[in-house]
Parts: sequence; C-alpha cells; structure tokens
Amino acid sequence: MEKRYTKERLRRSMMFVPGNNPGMIADSRIYNADSIMFDLEDSVAYTEKDTARFLVYNALKTLNFGKKEIVVRINDLASGLGIKDLEAIVPAGVHVVRLPKTDSAQDVIDCEREIERIEKEHGIPVGSTGMMAAIESANGVLNAREIAHASDRLIGIALGAEDYVTDLKTTRADGTELLFARSMILNGARSAGIAALDTVYSDVNNEEGFIAECTLIKKLGFDGKSVINPRQIAPLHKCLVPGEKDLRKAYAIMDAIAEANAKGSGVASLNGKMIDKPVVIRAQRLIALAEADKAAAEEE
Amino acid sequence: MVELNKIPHIDEIANRGTYAGPKAKKTENFATRTDSPDKILATIEDAVKATGLKDGMTISFHHHFRGGDHIVNQVVDVLAKMGFKNLTLAASSLSGVHAPLIDHIKNGVISHIETSGLRGELAEQISRGLMEFPIVFRSHGGRAAAIDSGELHIDVAFLGAPSCDPYGNANGYSRDDDDSILCGSMGYAVPDATHADKVVVLTNNLVKYPNMPCAIPEHQVDYIVVIDDIGDPKGIMSGATRYTKNPKELLIAQTAAEVIDAAGYFYDGFSMQMGSGGASLAAARYLRQMMIDKGIKCRFALGGITGQIASMHEEGLVERILDVQSFDLDAAQSLKKNFDHHQISATYYASFLQDAAVDQLDFVILSALEIDTDFNVNVLTGSDGVIRGAIGGHPDTAAGASLAVVVAPLTRGRIPSIIDKVNTVVTPGATVDVVVTDQGVAVNPNRPEVAEKLKAAGIKVFTIEQLKAKAEAIVGKPEPIRYKDNIVGVVMYRDNTVIDVIRQIEE
Repeated sequence: MEKRYTKERLRRSMMFVPGNNPGMIADSRIYNADSIMFDLEDSVAYTEKDTARFLVYNALKTLNFGKKEIVVRINDLASGLGIKDLEAIVPAGVHVVRLPKTDSAQDVIDCEREIERIEKEHGIPVGSTGMMAAIESANGVLNAREIAHASDRLIGIALGAEDYVTDLKTTRADGTELLFARSMILNGARSAGIAALDTVYSDVNNEEGFIAECTLIKKLGFDGKSVINPRQIAPLHKCLVPGEKDLRKAYAIMDAIAEANAKGSGVASLNGKMIDKPVVIRAQRLIALAEADKAAAEEE
Repeated sequence: MVELNKIPHIDEIANRGTYAGPKAKKTENFATRTDSPDKILATIEDAVKATGLKDGMTISFHHHFRGGDHIVNQVVDVLAKMGFKNLTLAASSLSGVHAPLIDHIKNGVISHIETSGLRGELAEQISRGLMEFPIVFRSHGGRAAAIDSGELHIDVAFLGAPSCDPYGNANGYSRDDDDSILCGSMGYAVPDATHADKVVVLTNNLVKYPNMPCAIPEHQVDYIVVIDDIGDPKGIMSGATRYTKNPKELLIAQTAAEVIDAAGYFYDGFSMQMGSGGASLAAARYLRQMMIDKGIKCRFALGGITGQIASMHEEGLVERILDVQSFDLDAAQSLKKNFDHHQISATYYASFLQDAAVDQLDFVILSALEIDTDFNVNVLTGSDGVIRGAIGGHPDTAAGASLAVVVAPLTRGRIPSIIDKVNTVVTPGATVDVVVTDQGVAVNPNRPEVAEKLKAAGIKVFTIEQLKAKAEAIVGKPEPIRYKDNIVGVVMYRDNTVIDVIRQIEE
C-alpha cells in the first residue's frame, strides 16, 4: 500500500499556515519548511471555520507542494468541527492529520477510527493517512507514552505549550516551565520510535530568544519545531543541522570503523579513543541529517 | 591712460573698453544689507510677473517633496487665476497629490506634461484620454540630459526649498536651523536651476546668508518667495524606512543578495544601488550581514538613499554615499551631518551625455511591475493598462550597472509578473541581467557566465520561460488588455529616443 506519509523524514520545521488565508496558503511552498501545516483550529475564528476548511480542501486538491509534507491541524473532535475537517481533508489527500488537545490514547484511537471510516468510504487504502498528536495539557503530558504508542499511523507527538502552561497555572518564560513536558514528550516519542516535535515560539521579532530556544530543544533531542513565520525557518535549520566540525568528526568516525572492518578488527579507535556503538549511531545520525538537509535544499 | 588700439590682438582679448571706475561701493554692514535683498518678492504672483512668463511656455518643478508637495498645486492655482493658458508642465515627477491638475488641464491652463511618473486620479484620467498632447515620460537621467542639451527648454522653474538665504542659496536642509521641513538631497532640481531662463525659489524657511552647503547656488536664482506652506512634512518624508516584514519580500531580497555574491560583484570596494520597493530595499539588510561576515566594505552607495544605507555608512560599511534623492528623514539627517554623504545632481547621477555615477555601479537591485520573456521591464503601467508608477532611474541604473538584478514576486494576487510582452517597455531587456522571484531565478541568455557562476554556487537557475510557466500554472494566463488607438503617453529611453507608447485603455 502506498502511504501518503513516511515516518522517517526531515521534520526540523513544521510551518503553521492559517487555513483561511488564501495568499499565505498559495505562497507556503516557497519557503523551505520541511512540513507545511495548514491550520483549521486556533488561528481560524469560529465564523471562518467553513471558509478555511473549503480553502484547505481546494488547496490540497489543486496546488503543487512538491515533496513537502502536508499536515492539517484539525479542530478537536469534541467540538463537532473535527469530523467535518477530516471528511474534507482526508479525501483531499492530506499526508498527516494533526490532532490537537490530545489528552489520552483514546483521543488518538477515536480520531483514527474516523480517518479509517473516511478512507474506506472514499476508496482510499486504509492506513494511507498519517497522524500526529499535539499534547497541550497536564493530562496529555502525563499520558505521553501511551499517546505515542496509540496508533501505527503516528509520525510524532508534539507539545502545544500555550494551552499547557495555562493548564499548569503558569505562563511561558525561560523554558524551565516546559522542561518536564518536553522531557515527557521526548521520552514518550522515543519509546515509540517516532518524532518529538517542539512547540511554537510566538515572539517573531525576537530572533535571539528564538535561537536560544532552538539550541535548547536540540540539546534535549527534539527532531524539530513548529514555526509561525517563514523568518523562523532559516535560524531553526541552522541550529538543527550539524556544523562543519561535528560533521567532519562523524565522517572520521565512520572512516575509522570502515578501516577497522577492512582489517578484520572488531575494535575501532579514533585519536586513541575507542569508538563504541553509541558513538557510531550518533555519527550515522549526524551524517544522515546533513545529507537529508542537502537533499532538501536541492529539491527546492 | 591705456590706449586700447596700441594693444596687439585687443579684439581677441577684451571688448569692454577701458576701466572707468568702480560701481558705487556699499557701506552698510552685512547684516543691514541682507535685510532687504532685491530677489525676495512678496507673492507667487509677483514672482510670476517678474519672470515674464507667457502663455505656451514651459514651467518646471521637482518632486523632492513627494506625496507631501504643495508647490505644484499652489503655483498652478496662481497661474490659473492670472489667466495663463497652454503651459507645459515639466516636473521631475508627479504623484497622487497632484490630482487638482485635472481641473487645470480641463480649463486649458496646462496643455502638456512631462514627468517621470504619474499616480492616482490624475494618472487614471490621463490613461482614459484626458489630454490631447501625450505625456512625455523620461527617466531621471534622460530628463537631466534633455534639460542639459536644450531638448527640454524650461522657461521658468518653480523650486520648493526647505531652506534658502536672501540671495537664493537653496537647500533641502539647513545646517543652521532646527528643521521644520527636511527633504535631504535636491538633486533633481539642479538641472532646472542650472538651465531654466528664470528660477523662482519658494521657501518657508528664510535662513541667514550663506546657506551652505546648498543644492542650488544663488547665481542661478532670480526670485525668492517666502510662503507659509511648501508641503506636508509627513508626506515629504517620515522617520526611517522600515525593512519589510513580508516574508515573501524578504525571501526575494535574500536571494538577490546571494545572486550578487555568486555572480562575483560582492567584493571589497564594490558599488551598489537599491531601487525603491520592499524587496530591493530589504536586500540591504542581507548585504549588510554578508559584508560583516566577509569583512568587506562598499566604496559607494548611489541613488535614492534610505536610512538603512545611511546607518551602514555610519557603521563604516559604506565609505561614500552619492545621494540624488533622500527617501527618509534618517537619510536626510545623515546628508546634513555626515561629511562623506554627498548630494549629487540628476546630471551627475545618470545623464547619458557623459559618464555618470550610474556607470560606476557594480550592481543595482530594481523592482518591476511586469517582466517579459525578453527581460523587458515595465514599471509604469499596471496590469490594467493604467499608468500607476514612475520610470525613476530604472533604465539609467540598469544600463549603467555591471549587474542589473530585477526583483518581483512571481505573482501578485491573481496577476503574473512574468508575461510574454510587457504592456510598456521602460527598461530594455538587453540591460537586465538577472530576474529574481520568490519561486526562482532567471538569467538573461546574453550573460551566460553569470548563469554558470550562479549554478556553481548552488543557485538553481531557470529560464525566463520556465518562470513564466510557473506563474501561469498558479494564476493562469491573463486576457490581454484592450487599448484604443489614441496615444496618451510617450516613453523615452534614457537617451531620449522613443522606446514605447502608452495607449488609452478601452473600457
């Protein structure tokens, strides 16, 4: 079966695009975001919900987005709007459905059931459509592991910080307030072998603050982050793509391994230090990331 | 006593006779003397009478007061009241504030207009056949050359000035006073002041002699009228031009900067000009960072100058500024206080009659309304055929710069920017080297070495036809505009040959 999504792919930047803004929808492909995320939820006023759904439906049907991953953030199912959203975007060919306000594994299961029904009704192979779950509450954070394991369709789980800090009775500050949630989501995602995706940084004009946050999530281990303005893409990618020095080291490690293998030696070393397995895995990942970045740049 | 007839070759040496004693010497002190100079007249009407203006003559204006200009309308109102008819109005440019000219065209005061551009209601009506005599559109360099060569003869120039002394030294700022109004450079008024038969300076700010530096020196000025209102300071210029926040324009700007670097014109000691428009102005932001990263400097920045260029000058990245027109208050303030920020005339800027500053440009970044598959550029008429722009220095800088980069979004709303034939050719494609859009870059086939350099630097190069196809894939192919036969405008190239005409739109 041809799936519309791939689990393993570059998802450094997932760019939110308001679903009711035709100009921004049409232009979304010109920026080098890894994924475009059309929003039907919080950036769309209640009176604009139908318009947005109709616009995004037509965008998916008619516009060429190249090899970009196309995600649509639907309204939550409890609102009654989520099902309508799914009925429009699943037949239109969305790659990944982003489920908002995921509090439990059951939320994922409920959404998947609807997607499966719609796929069947439209003659789409069951399982073609991917999912990702945004966790935006204390409950969701505590259930991160179960949520991450709730469906095979999940490509990743993401943090939605604005609702989460409100639920915690705090506000966004230096990142301390999000450390627990980020750690839970990261560990949940890794335990399921899927992507861990960070929340948005709303102050578009504060590039320094944005870069600090990117640096932090890279250290923690996140795959990528939602962005709300194309201006955030370049600094985010710069942060997440391995630097020259790290890359050279990774290649040196792989060379040393190859050399040891050629000699029939089971133990490789570089500059007098033994190279153990985790070091090799990290080097491989770094190289894969750099190559994916190069490939993404060539696609444009 | 000198006997002239005994001097060999006296006819070739002098013909003013022998010295007959000095003029009566002035004895009052300077302060008293400058109190009642002869050049200052009470009203615009008095000045008009003094110039000897007659029906059918040519009057001129500059556009340094831009959308805030109150000079053109005030003067033409006076001329209308005085009963003048059939005048030619030769402005360096006109804008939306000049809509009152419509009535003066209808009642026969103004029968012909020369300008760099037109906007607003006046442009709308002219596009619909308001005038029998077509508008003559010239580039800034072309106008300067036409005035310098006598092709465009000006009888009386009415030049607004934010400062002027009692002898006529006029300027766009004053180093003496608090500036109630600033316009920075007055470069486009210089050819008028130099060649007009009579020059009237209209100022709201009479300052002490000598008002130096000055754009217009006293020996070119015949009359001065002090009026309360030369313009609306807010319309003349406001604060700093802010960099655009439009991500699409920023993307185009960044690509343009990368193209210039890849093409080899970004080196220590380069020269540059940024055209007006969000993306071209924003390119300065990326160039600035690239200059810091590479540790290189710009020898000079030319043209319409913004506060961003001025601040790059102040931080030592741009050594010299050649300023023919200041775009914002920050630029005007920099001209006032910075020794290496120079005011230049339109002739110096761009006249084709001799080498001009544009001929020393490495690169220019220019905007466009339409670009065609021959790389011709239109900046004058909109996609509806209505005049809504100005030639400015577009063809001058494109011709002069080693690399002319034209930036435009691939589509504007439902309108493609790249089409088969531009509605109006303003800048010929032979002088346009690279087109940068948000969805790709095209290089003029007559610059294959540039295309190779861009590819080598990893910039994907499309053909202009491919870009056109991309645009059409998004918005389709527009219906051609329907025109009548009536010619409403004649577009002059910078050498003052006719490059295109603008016809009346059919509705």
